[in-house]
Amino acid sequence: MYNYETVFILTPVLSEPQMKEAVEKFKTVLTDNGATIENEELWGMRKLAYPIQKKTTGFYAFLEFAGEPTIVSKLETAFRRDEKVIRFLTFRQEKYAHEYALKRRSLKKNAAKVEEAPAEELVEAPQAEVKEETNE
Amino acid sequence: MQGGNTTMAQAQSEIRYLTPLSVDTKKKKYCRFKRSGIKYIDYKDPEFLKKFLNEQGKILPRRITGTSLKFQRRVARAVKRARHLALLPYVTDLMK
Repeated sequence: MYNYETVFILTPVLSEPQMKEAVEKFKTVLTDNGATIENEELWGMRKLAYPIQKKTTGFYAFLEFAGEPTIVSKLETAFRRDEKVIRFLTFRQEKYAHEYALKRRSLKKNAAKVEEAPAEELVEAPQAEVKEETNE
Repeated sequence: MQGGNTTMAQAQSEIRYLTPLSVDTKKKKYCRFKRSGIKYIDYKDPEFLKKFLNEQGKILPRRITGTSLKFQRRVARAVKRARHLALLPYVTDLMK
């Protein structure tokens, strides 16, 4: 078992549910071949640095999984067969890359927790400003 | 007479060179990855990788950035991955 990560870019012409469906499809390709999905991130629509297939934006999806080496070729044939995928990159995480990935995942979890707290602060902040104005 | 002497003295003291004298204060270059203990260079962060590119999007040589050979290879790999995923351009003008 090795750890792998893959990023793929879907065409921007798809609707939101179609995107989700496509991502789910590749996840099932992985799970059917005995891999375990460890992390999933949807980066969403991003501008491409250069046009690919005459498209200037793309929907980025990022997956981390653990599995046997044979799974990579299966995943990549699935990518090639699917016209919705305009670009993909899969590689094995070496030792430091895996450490970094684990750290990144834990940071993301913490960030999700922190996001709840500042939301309250934001609500309070405008009220404080109003008070200052009335004092003057 | 006195006034004339002072102007002469000022003129002598204000000798200026067309090219300023180069004082040899060579700043030692260092590998930022070794110094800050970064072990993995992430291709997912194009803003960071831009530090190692020139305005045309080419990878800067080691002699300019001071990166060690080990990490220069890793920078190159990260930049190439980022380019493949259209996070960085292959060719461009005025990137910064």
